[in-house]
Amino acid sequence: MTATIEQTGPATSVGEVPTFEVTLRVRRFLPEGPRGDESYWDDHVLTMHGTDRVLDALHKIKWEQDGSLTFRRSCAHGICGSDAMRINGRNRLACKTLLKDLDIRKPITVEPIKGLPVIKDLVVDMEPFFASYREIMPFLVTSGNQPSAERIQSPEQRAVYDDTTKCILCAACTSSCPVFWTDGQYFGPAAIVNAHRFIFDSRDEAATQRLEILNDKEGVWRCRTTFNCTEACPRGIEITKAIAEVKRAMITRAF
Amino acid sequence: MSTPVITAPRSPYARRKTTRGNFELYGWVFMRISGVVLVALIFTHLFVNLLAGEGINAIDFAFVAGKWASLPWRIVDLIMLWLAMMHGTNGVRTIINDYAEKDRTRGILKVLLYSAFVIVVVTGTLVIFTFDPCPAGADPALLADFCKQL
Repeated sequence: MTATIEQTGPATSVGEVPTFEVTLRVRRFLPEGPRGDESYWDDHVLTMHGTDRVLDALHKIKWEQDGSLTFRRSCAHGICGSDAMRINGRNRLACKTLLKDLDIRKPITVEPIKGLPVIKDLVVDMEPFFASYREIMPFLVTSGNQPSAERIQSPEQRAVYDDTTKCILCAACTSSCPVFWTDGQYFGPAAIVNAHRFIFDSRDEAATQRLEILNDKEGVWRCRTTFNCTEACPRGIEITKAIAEVKRAMITRAF
Repeated sequence: MSTPVITAPRSPYARRKTTRGNFELYGWVFMRISGVVLVALIFTHLFVNLLAGEGINAIDFAFVAGKWASLPWRIVDLIMLWLAMMHGTNGVRTIINDYAEKDRTRGILKVLLYSAFVIVVVTGTLVIFTFDPCPAGADPALLADFCKQL
């Protein structure tokens, strides 16, 4: 099928979208700047449209007001998981949060996600997060000869772990977890979600090994079911439920 | 708009060596089971002591002595003491693990916690097993009234 330009009535001019003034209060950290190791708040007053997201506001600051503002973003459509940040005290993706859904009468606070070392402004070092992700072996493990065709799986078998396949590794969950904040030894919700994705995959053969890895002092048993991760997940994954399912698998294995 | 301040770590956390084992698993299961048993035990305890018969007015030294004269009550109290102390100690242990940021703080708090556990459990168990309301040869002035009838 060839792509065609769809004509959807007369084009609406930008002027027809309501505009409003909004103050963005951004947490800045510039180790080589005049303030050194001290982080501080920076206020920016912007005129934004009703269709704009927090990411558009950050772009406007970076492109029109202060080019030194640093943040990560890539696809800008909620898939790459680069722009997780703490907006008004809650972990969200800047590209999925519409300004009009926030309380624009007050300044909107934008901070880096917590529990990971800040490199500059809103950019954090994701390495500890990915290190625990790698530990749970996030790849298919099989044995024997490769089948000549697909590895067959029924829709029911697929549905068991469907929810946890949605993870985009944005770290919004792990960096919202109070247990992770304490000392960063906990595997974190994201690693457990991605382990769940393979543990309950009927084609995978390393479930026992992954359960063994997560049966750590810092594994699933440190989860206090505060549901911060479930609330933070921009993909709507029921993370706490996934963690509970991993716990249950461990208990049924042990007794 | 003020949000809680959570300071960013200055250096990346590196996960230490793996600490795999079933200890935390058994601890987790124990908390669930002992919790259910404790609810039954504690409500029985409260009902028998505070509501049944004359209720709260009946509680005195004689009431406790009477209760501990029977072996089943001693067993019930012993189980309650042990389960409550183990359940509570494990709960506080997890809280220390969650909130203490330095290993040193963690160590000190846990030493205090486990000493408290040992002292309470040992003295409590000792009392339940060796309780005698009217010890022979004691000063009569210190004994309860009902001992004179013996």
